[in-house]
Amino acid sequence: MIGLKLYMLQRLSAMVMAPLVLGHIAVMIYAIQGGLSAAEILGRTKGSIVWALFYGTFALAVSIHAAIGVRVILAETILKNRHALDGLTLAIGAGLAFMGLSAVYAVTAS
Amino acid sequence: MKIHPHRQHPLWLAFFLHRVSGIALALFLPAHFYVLALALTDPSQLDGFLAWTSNPLVKIAEYGLVFLLAVHMFGGLRLLALEFLPWSARQKSLAAASLALAFFLSTTFFLQAV
Amino acid sequence: MSSAKTMLLVSVWRGTGTQGRYEAFEVPQEDNQTILDVVSWVQQNLDATLSYRFACRVGMCGSCAMMVNGKPRWTCRTHVGKVAENGRIDVAPLRNLPVIKDLATDMDPFFDKWVGAEGHFHPTRTRADPIEAINPESPSRKLADEGIECINCAVCFAACDTVTANSDYLGPAALNRAWTLLNDEKDGDRTGVLDAVSGSGGCHNCHSLGSCAAYCPNELSPITAIAGLKRETARSFFRKGR
Repeated sequence: MIGLKLYMLQRLSAMVMAPLVLGHIAVMIYAIQGGLSAAEILGRTKGSIVWALFYGTFALAVSIHAAIGVRVILAETILKNRHALDGLTLAIGAGLAFMGLSAVYAVTAS
Repeated sequence: MKIHPHRQHPLWLAFFLHRVSGIALALFLPAHFYVLALALTDPSQLDGFLAWTSNPLVKIAEYGLVFLLAVHMFGGLRLLALEFLPWSARQKSLAAASLALAFFLSTTFFLQAV
Repeated sequence: MSSAKTMLLVSVWRGTGTQGRYEAFEVPQEDNQTILDVVSWVQQNLDATLSYRFACRVGMCGSCAMMVNGKPRWTCRTHVGKVAENGRIDVAPLRNLPVIKDLATDMDPFFDKWVGAEGHFHPTRTRADPIEAINPESPSRKLADEGIECINCAVCFAACDTVTANSDYLGPAALNRAWTLLNDEKDGDRTGVLDAVSGSGGCHNCHSLGSCAAYCPNELSPITAIAGLKRETARSFFRKGR
């Protein structure tokens, strides 16, 4: 239930995320050494444009990617209605993007 | 659970792993975003949550999440290579290599975490 | 010189449409026996009402494919010795196609999708024109050659789980045909083919799970052909923004 446009969005968002995921895993391995504390994390991220751009891009790309991925799985299992699929894809993408950008704002805004 | 006979080959398993890890990550994302947003709305609750993550059981769950992320990324790279690069019959070994790398990365994470 | 012949335990799907069940038969085992031989033996000796389809018996016509022990096979070229499990064989109609009766499926959806993928030749010359010379060594001709031995048996169509899950999906055989046309220098409708494989049931729905290539009796690789279509449509997407 996807055509060329959704396919391209899915693959382009994946290409954007590949290096970001590697970076994210590296950050996690580094950050959790000696336990996690909010002060320690926020001390590094607050006011940092680099972190805001890194995770802002990541949040937008993952919202697109996850929305299309969930759409395909729903289409192949329980939801055959085209309009319902389109609406749900948009809702999931917008919802994830809003939550993701809110989270990025929360940890990077100074 | 019995795998249907026509699905008993390596690429089907690679597809299955990619789909299952994708669903799991999509379900995890809203929770992840919600907890991070606490930094602004309720910092004390965030610290309480982070303290909870030092629980060994949570550590194992985190290992699982990192594994899912790695498996989905390397599986995805395999797909991108298959679709966008001229490709030969080496795909099966690539699938196996991606799994091995995923294990390597998530285990590294686990060792650092404990 | 054996006194009693070893018997095969054969379960055959019987029924019309969506109704049916397996029926057990015992068939004497022979040397060099194919699954089609077994089915024919049942029809000729045990139950003349058994319906199934075959024509050439030598792997050319693509009409005898069935599910054998859960896997799609061309039955005329599948030896019993290779697929029997402890002397047991399950034979069922192909997956992903409506059953007419017993082992005979309605192949219309399969061929409709062949048409839907614009899988017919689009000529650019008339019979009055001289024949266009094609270099057999050219890269595009070699790509086309890799996919043209398809016999339309629908084994890949039956093996594909994306076909099962998405009724719009054109499927591996039709998309493989589209790929050979795209690489055929004589074909005159490249854009038409690319459009046909870019719709909601097009090549982009393929999840590369590879059952098509794993079971193709002629060892073609539809998964590779479909990856080629994805690449070409992506290229046209960047060139023309659609």
